[in-house]
Amino acid sequence: MDLKDKLVSSFMAFENNVDVDHPVHDVRTEAMKNFEIKGFPSKKEEAWKYTSLNSLQKIDFSIFPKQDNALDYKDVKKYFIHDIDTYKIVFIDGIFSSNLSETTHDGVDICLMSSALTKPMYKQIIDVYFNKVASKYESLTTLNTAFSREGAYIYIPKNKMPKKPVEIVHFATGNEASLMLQPRNLIIVEENAELQVIERHQSLTSNEVLTNCVTEIFAAKSANIDYYKVQNDVATASLIDNTYINQKSKSFVNVHTFSFGGKLTRNNLNFYQNGEYMDSTMKGVTILGEKQHVDHHTLVHHIEPNCESHQDYKGIYGENSTGVFNGKIIVDKIAQKTNAFQQNNNILISDKATINTKPQLEIFADDVKCSHGCTIGQLDEDAMFYLQSRGIPEKEARALLMYAFANNVLESVRIPELKARINKLIAKKLGVNLGFDL
Amino acid sequence: MLKINDLHASVEDKEILKGINLEVNAGEVHAIMGPNGSGKSTLASVIAGKEEFEVTKGNVVLDGEDLEDDAPEDRAHKGVFLSFQYPVEIPGVSVTNFMKTAINESRKAKGLDDMPANQMLKLIREKAEMLEIDRKFLSRSLNEGFSGGEKKRNEIFQMAMLEPKLAILDETDSGLDIDALRIVANGVNKLKSKDNAVIVITHYQRLLEYIVPDFVHVLHNGKIVKSGGKELALELEAKGYDWIKQESLV
Repeated sequence: MDLKDKLVSSFMAFENNVDVDHPVHDVRTEAMKNFEIKGFPSKKEEAWKYTSLNSLQKIDFSIFPKQDNALDYKDVKKYFIHDIDTYKIVFIDGIFSSNLSETTHDGVDICLMSSALTKPMYKQIIDVYFNKVASKYESLTTLNTAFSREGAYIYIPKNKMPKKPVEIVHFATGNEASLMLQPRNLIIVEENAELQVIERHQSLTSNEVLTNCVTEIFAAKSANIDYYKVQNDVATASLIDNTYINQKSKSFVNVHTFSFGGKLTRNNLNFYQNGEYMDSTMKGVTILGEKQHVDHHTLVHHIEPNCESHQDYKGIYGENSTGVFNGKIIVDKIAQKTNAFQQNNNILISDKATINTKPQLEIFADDVKCSHGCTIGQLDEDAMFYLQSRGIPEKEARALLMYAFANNVLESVRIPELKARINKLIAKKLGVNLGFDL
Repeated sequence: MLKINDLHASVEDKEILKGINLEVNAGEVHAIMGPNGSGKSTLASVIAGKEEFEVTKGNVVLDGEDLEDDAPEDRAHKGVFLSFQYPVEIPGVSVTNFMKTAINESRKAKGLDDMPANQMLKLIREKAEMLEIDRKFLSRSLNEGFSGGEKKRNEIFQMAMLEPKLAILDETDSGLDIDALRIVANGVNKLKSKDNAVIVITHYQRLLEYIVPDFVHVLHNGKIVKSGGKELALELEAKGYDWIKQESLV
């Protein structure tokens, strides 16, 4: 039985466990119908030309994990930004871990999607926001919608700001030979409110894991959101991340994606600008080796006038790794005075590494500033010579230059402890000890 | 200390150095002058070990050791320092952190432990003062957004930190106003001792008023065509390079 058939039949089993009278039941059923028709995307589709899901579909993934997994904090501490205090929403094999989590209802809601989907007090919010920005047609998103049951639910009311950042962490323990996870997150930040989120998916063994995650983010007027995705998973873990962001006037949303690991990672990052005078920023650092594959697909839809978007993705590809950057910008006819900037710079440090980079601009307004640039190069030999001539060995010199290359993406990380952590991950990924903290 | 024997070097099959012979002893200052394209910067790069250049004949010997198989970092560890004509910008790495890395890598190569942090700071402060470098400057990203003068002063600061046996200053005077030139030259003079040597590569005689050479060599078309004392620099300043070119044709 292939993965699609298994998912379709599992859906029936899944439906027996949920409340069929709940309105979300209809949403799930609709979504499943869409997935049944479309199935997994294939390389014949333009958007999936460079990323194949074929081999993943041959794996016999468990769809529902056993329920009895526990982890000791000391064993997984290193995956948290543990030098600062944070709220934590933690899942082990898809099941909420109250032991590792620190949720709150004190002025803000930082808790669970399963509660939000089932408790009557959240019904009104679910009616207004759930599955409202996520695609109803994209097959993997609808697959997630069909199975949506658990994940993070965050609601920040008007003028509020949580006392500390929120970490959303998914652990896979390897209790299943191979496990498919489908977390579903809903994040609502009301007018003039603020939020910082760090999201991480981490497998703890070499068993196969496939995560198909959907996050819906609503940024109301003048809201301010910083979202950090830390992707440094093991070589048997794959992630398809679908993030949908609906922004209103004068809001700021920044998404940083740090991709250092995993087997196959696909980031579908979609911004919809429903208002004026707002800013959407997407930044990424990708450093890959071995046979790792990362595919960044971004979309910014400028729907109204006077807005900005900024994209800056840096990639360093070694060994047999492959990368994709596809940046789509749509500027509607009425979206005059749009400023849309896109930059994707790549360094190939191995003859066998490849990167496919493509800007995709669809501009229907005439008074706009849009720029895009893609570069693919090697490390500057003159710069290498400069560093080596100061006594810095070749390997360390390379690392310093790669760090310098990725640096301006790090400058905008607003949580210093996270920035320090990312710097350490970069140094580790580059395999050097530079004698100072980057 | 340094002995260059019949050195031929090419880049992409184009021969640039065509038989250089030069001997530099400890305690000496040598100036290498010459018109554009004569091979001055290539000579500096070849001594420092830039891989882009292929040595096709001859060799560079430092303290009796042929440097042929040494990577640039190995040469640096043996005491060769090149002050670059165009120093490279490294965003995100501060001058201080860069120096820490350079010093500790050199120490590691010599089997020494890292320099203790307080000792490092003291050394950095001392050398920065000598070159009249503001402390704020040290926390800026290496060479990023530096003026031409700041870049050159930073090169000499690095030289002061690394205390090389053989320093090669490649067009260190270009882009410097007269005050910066004086500061840089004073720095070099303070670092001079009977145990080290300096090769000054320059177009103009101006720098040599401050860093007085013991020997002046004129490089033309990949060869040293004339050598003399410091008065040769004055003669070149007065007469230009044309007479050298004429002479060398004969």
